Amino acid sequence: MSKFRKDGEKELPPISTASLPDIVFMLLFFFMVSTTMREVTLNVDIKLPEATELSKLMKKSLVSYIYVGEPKKQFQSMFGKAPRIQLNDQWANVSDIQDYVIAEREARDEAEQKFMITSLKIDENTKMGIVSDIKQELRKSAALHINYSSRRKVER
Amino acid sequence: MARKTPEVPAASLADIAFMLLIFFLVTTTMDVDSGLERRLPQWVDQDQLDDNVQIKERNVFVVLVNRNNDLLVENEYAHIEDLRERTKEFMANPYDDEKLPEKELKEIPFFGSVEVTKGVISLRNDLDTKYGTYIAVQNELVGAINELREELAKSKFGKSYSSLESDKQKAIRKIYPSRISEAEPKKAK
Repeated sequence: MSKFRKDGEKELPPISTASLPDIVFMLLFFFMVSTTMREVTLNVDIKLPEATELSKLMKKSLVSYIYVGEPKKQFQSMFGKAPRIQLNDQWANVSDIQDYVIAEREARDEAEQKFMITSLKIDENTKMGIVSDIKQELRKSAALHINYSSRRKVER
Repeated sequence: MARKTPEVPAASLADIAFMLLIFFLVTTTMDVDSGLERRLPQWVDQDQLDDNVQIKERNVFVVLVNRNNDLLVENEYAHIEDLRERTKEFMANPYDDEKLPEKELKEIPFFGSVEVTKGVISLRNDLDTKYGTYIAVQNELVGAINELREELAKSKFGKSYSSLESDKQKAIRKIYPSRISEAEPKKAK
């Protein structure tokens, strides 16, 4: 019986931490690759409306964004509280949308142009007047595929 | 003779990597943008607009939203909770009601000849309507059509609409087309 018993309890060897950096690096690369940095700084406050029939925007590279909402606090002295349009990093008027769409279209491959989507990120308290104007401009510039960005509605 | 360079200690490597990891963990946003997908109609010049196209009254489902975000559905005051059911009833017209839209026979792959509704949904909002209300109404209309398609897919193929092959989806889309027409809001004069 005592044949297998070691004489005297041996101490457990310490766990090797040599592979720890490797594991951490692996995680690090995963997050580095999957991270998308926010490209634009929003100058407007946007609280998206709620909806249930959502579809996802799959190809980020084919999406151009139009933001509409109340200017943030620091801009309100300049622009007041009326909802304004933001394209990329700049303030814009309704008449700028056609140029913006054309510029966005030029930046893509010709083969991909017909799959482009315009995502409208519009605050839910905006009046429809400005939204209708934007839609008309989009129709004029033949950017017909749009996506009304919204949050998933939580069932209560 | 050059001195042998001492080995660089690698003990802090893990710490540096951790720091970077935490930075990326914090800055990562993995939310996928999602929203209501719609197609706008082609732009038509005002003078080329053809006003002669007449659609029978029973084929049009009129939804009006006013500046106080109230709904008027087929000339009566309505609640947004009821809109989905009413739209489904309108588009399906299960009992061939006189007041609900006509149907016409069409050849559709997988289904043979089916009666397809001629119904059109017409949505008009005021310039002062809240965008949130507009989206809620759109959501109900799109939802109604999606539900009808889903029911048809379940009963015909026994599968959910989204898991069907694209040609089957196309056939279902032909039976329940998403015909939502948006009139331009009237300009106040």
